Amino acid sequence: MMAERRLSSREESLLEVQVEARLLRVKMVLLGSSGVGKSSLALRFSKDEFKASAPTIGCAYLTQVVCLHNARIRFEIWDTAGEEKYHSVTPLYYRGAHAALVVYDICKRESFARAQLWLKELEKQYFPGETVVGLVGNKADLSDGRKVSLQEGYRLAESKGLLFMETSAKSGQQISELLMTIAERVQKSTREDRGLVEWREVESVGLHQGERPHPLGTCCLVGP
Amino acid sequence: MEADVHNKSEALENDSLAPVDRLRRLRADSPTPGLVEGTEPGAGQDSAMFVHAQSFEDLTADGEQEEEVQEGGDGSERAPEVEKPRSEGEESEETQGQRGEQEREQAEEEEEEEVQSGGGRVKEEDVNSEAWRSHRKHVFVLSEAGKPIYSRYGTEEALSSTMGVMMALVSFVEAGKNIIRSIHAEGYKVVFLRKSPLVLVGVSRTRQSERELTRELLYIYYQIISLLTLTQLNHVFQIKQNYDLRRLLAGTEHLTDNLLRLLDRDPGLLLSAVTCLPLAGSLRDVISSSLQAAKAKSLVFSILLAGSRLVTLVRKKDQYLHHMDLHLLFNLVGSSSTFREGEGWTPVCLPKFNTAGFFHAHISYLEPASDLCLILVSTDLEDFFNLSDCKRRFLERLRRRSAYQALQEALQAPSYPVSQVGIPELRHFVYKSKSSGLYTSPEIPMPYQSEEEQERLMGLYKYLHSRMHHPTRPLRSIYRCAEKENLLALVTSGFELYLCFSPLGTKALAVSAINKLLKWIRKEEDRLFILSPQTY
Ligand SMILES: Nc1nc2c(ncn2[C@@H]2O[C@H](COP(=O)(O)OP(=O)(O)OP(=O)(O)O)[C@@H](O)[C@H]2O)c(=O)[nH]1
Ligand SMILES: [Mg+2]
Repeated sequence: MMAERRLSSREESLLEVQVEARLLRVKMVLLGSSGVGKSSLALRFSKDEFKASAPTIGCAYLTQVVCLHNARIRFEIWDTAGEEKYHSVTPLYYRGAHAALVVYDICKRESFARAQLWLKELEKQYFPGETVVGLVGNKADLSDGRKVSLQEGYRLAESKGLLFMETSAKSGQQISELLMTIAERVQKSTREDRGLVEWREVESVGLHQGERPHPLGTCCLVGP
Repeated sequence: MEADVHNKSEALENDSLAPVDRLRRLRADSPTPGLVEGTEPGAGQDSAMFVHAQSFEDLTADGEQEEEVQEGGDGSERAPEVEKPRSEGEESEETQGQRGEQEREQAEEEEEEEVQSGGGRVKEEDVNSEAWRSHRKHVFVLSEAGKPIYSRYGTEEALSSTMGVMMALVSFVEAGKNIIRSIHAEGYKVVFLRKSPLVLVGVSRTRQSERELTRELLYIYYQIISLLTLTQLNHVFQIKQNYDLRRLLAGTEHLTDNLLRLLDRDPGLLLSAVTCLPLAGSLRDVISSSLQAAKAKSLVFSILLAGSRLVTLVRKKDQYLHHMDLHLLFNLVGSSSTFREGEGWTPVCLPKFNTAGFFHAHISYLEPASDLCLILVSTDLEDFFNLSDCKRRFLERLRRRSAYQALQEALQAPSYPVSQVGIPELRHFVYKSKSSGLYTSPEIPMPYQSEEEQERLMGLYKYLHSRMHHPTRPLRSIYRCAEKENLLALVTSGFELYLCFSPLGTKALAVSAINKLLKWIRKEEDRLFILSPQTY
């Protein structure tokens, strides 16, 4: 994500001024079995691309900025590895997260079962409302192979008061909707002062100089 | 005699862990490029970059018992010599009573020339098929309870009966208090390596020696350790003897597959050395010092790679990296596309450093489509943002000093063709400086560009290598006329050199080429090697 192109120092300082006011950092973690499409979702979120991907090794960190009407949110996305050997380090990534997406593959029942385990684990960590938790049924483009119905996913999410969406990282279906919804909920939860989350304004964006405006519709270039 | 150089060189290598002034003086004065370790072309000027591995022996030392090597005369500072051939078209070193073996090797060589299909993982392959049987090298990993863990070709499930047989063999022989090492049958070598709690088995139709095969198995073993640590590995088997380790290794088969491919193709793994991106010395220095300046408390190694070539490496003072660990890092980065997006952050064990614990590696490409990959190895799991900042500072510095663009350009430029050296009939060579642990090699020339031919050339080098480093009869030089090329290999205390000539080359030409080549490398060493490694 970083340093995709070189910015002149003038451009850089412009960017800094623009961003100064209200860039909020949101830590978001992606959880779920291996192969459900977490990395593919993360790539959609941050670059609006889809590519063949291999199982993640360890963890990947990507960022994306989205604009709401009164704030810009910088998503710091931790794309964890679904493989078992990395589970011992996963808590590091959901600890203190403002948002957590638990992802399953609508064509794999096992991944749905696994998602429920993840939700249980998250419940142990957080009081409801503190963290925005979303349940995501991915690979919605493969409706022929569907093993988990839309209702099932919906009911599970509803019973726990979670955000729910079916997406396709491949086709891009519901991706921007998902990200915007999370952004709004995260912002709302902090406004209502329910969150313990610590909001820090980014002191300098030097680190993220490669960032472009997100292709998502509501994103605006003009600073607040 | 031939057996001499070997032990002498070991002694020297041990003595000169930190090259001393005397050696530096020798390097400067030496009329012919120095043959003593520390003065040879490519030797680092300051501290060494790597742990000093006895290029080959060190790696096998814990895989098998070290066999006694006979101590001979000195020979380390003599000019290179080549043994007299009995006649052209034969190997020129003495082999007593080995005619039978040579004939068999010749027969195997023909077999090797068959075109083999390389490439992707064909997991669903029918294990009863001829195709499965005809693979040149099979590798299996199983637990001591006989549970399949990995198979290079075919699924482990389909092979469980084969694995059962292997386990039976291992336990049968062990019951008789013999450690089974290898079985030779019908042109196959079956090599066993027992590294509790794992058993590794190699089945090969290549001419590689048992020892080399064992070393490759050891690499695979360390690959597994690098993902899990030995501590964790022991732990899971202590709790449950018949644990299915595939659960923990899921998603990493391609790392092992790729490592096996590298072992077949990459001279670096054979020579326990790495190669550098050719770069003007001054530019490399700017890059190294920029990387050195971007340090953090928890950082142990900063490594900048261009594909599989090293651009520079900065290490913490007093901490050395072992080649094998570096190769495992290369393999990790090279076999997975996952580090291309965003910044990777992964636990990694460097088994030659410490089999018990994880380091944490920050892995990222400098630009999404670039070959330049930065690996920052840290001791602190929670230090991600600090390391991310190190990368940013490094990039900033590079740009400020206009080194980034220059580096990009160097990356676009091809390596060097062998014709630059100006030695007639020379097709290819591999030169390793022992004290720096770095090697250089020209582009693979036309006749060897296909995958099969490249592997065949590597096969020839491997064969020479195993002869040079034979446990009981090591050689200092060997000249060999093979069917399609003539080969010369030479080992001194300072370097290892493998040359490949067209069939038109003569032995006299080959011998005279050595000094010419050494002089050329000396002239170019600034560009081809890392002469002033940095520490922080
Ligand atoms: N058809 C379809 N395939 C998808 C979709 N999302 C991901 N995939 C494919 O599913 C496979 C796994 O995707 P990844 O994104 O690597 O899965 P992951 O959850 O990150 O897996 P780990 O990193 O091992 O935990 C890849 O081959 C993707 O191309 C989708 O929406 N539709
Ligand atoms: Mg992934």
